[in-house]
Amino acid sequence: MKTYTAHVTVSLRRAILDVQGKTVERALHSLHMPALSNVRIGKYVELTVQAPDEDRAKELVDDACKKLLSNPVMEDYSFRLEERVASGAVA
Amino acid sequence: MNIGVVTFPGSNCNADAEFAAALDGSTVHRLWHKDTSLPTQLDAIILPGGFSYGDYLRTGAIARFSPIMQEVIDFAKKGGVVMGICNGFQILTECGLLPGALIRNANLSFACKDVYVRVENSNTSFTNSVTKNTVLRIPIAHGEGRYTAPSEVIEELEAEQRVVFRYVTPAGEDSPEANPNGSLHNIAGILNKAGNVMGLMPHPERASDPLNGSTDGLSVFTSIALSRS
Repeated sequence: MKTYTAHVTVSLRRAILDVQGKTVERALHSLHMPALSNVRIGKYVELTVQAPDEDRAKELVDDACKKLLSNPVMEDYSFRLEERVASGAVA
Repeated sequence: MNIGVVTFPGSNCNADAEFAAALDGSTVHRLWHKDTSLPTQLDAIILPGGFSYGDYLRTGAIARFSPIMQEVIDFAKKGGVVMGICNGFQILTECGLLPGALIRNANLSFACKDVYVRVENSNTSFTNSVTKNTVLRIPIAHGEGRYTAPSEVIEELEAEQRVVFRYVTPAGEDSPEANPNGSLHNIAGILNKAGNVMGLMPHPERASDPLNGSTDGLSVFTSIALSRS
């Protein structure tokens, strides 16, 4: 069994007006940063996954994203997995 | 008539909903989020407003998995009358009994005020005691009430007259100024396809006694009772 850290990002779908993002964008422009635009605000979820391999870990996280972490009506999600290597192990 | 009112951790309009539901002499059954069965004689279930589970993750996202919700879903699938008010509406969209989603108000502000809604369809279990185009004054209190759904869903809702309430001016016009949260098509309340499940953002229970300043919300409760008599 391996241990992974999943880094999940959930954000509003592109078709949906992100009012928080728009407000932050206006604030950036008022701070004289006109080069910054298309601000999108989402959520970041970090969690630990126990799985025999990376494919199974992906399945588990994908399932969690579909069932709970995101609402497919209004949000998209993406994630990356990082295998956690036990520290202090003596060979 | 027997009405069940569900209390989730974080519900804060359950007592008001119980009060309004009992006004016509109905028996109110208090239901708890951990319940795994319903009283057998129930005619209708109300999911009240509030901040179930602290609105963590998304509004209604956690409440949807409460043990009682499986019972509510089964009850609705068998044709039972279910009304979700505010957070209850958000829970109904999260669990799939109603289409679409409720997201952050367009102006990012929590909206807490009286609004005017027009009855778009009086041929429902929730509006049969008033005539079509009646304008009701009912309070709202929400930060996430902007109704959104894919355009084909909105078209279907409109074509099937499943938009029950629409935000309007006091004179009854659905202008952008009358829209308190940026909802598509000024939508304040919708029905499911079968017509037995309704969700609405305004709080009819908070307009059910002269002391509230309006009794326009009573018609919703009266209609539910009429539909079952």
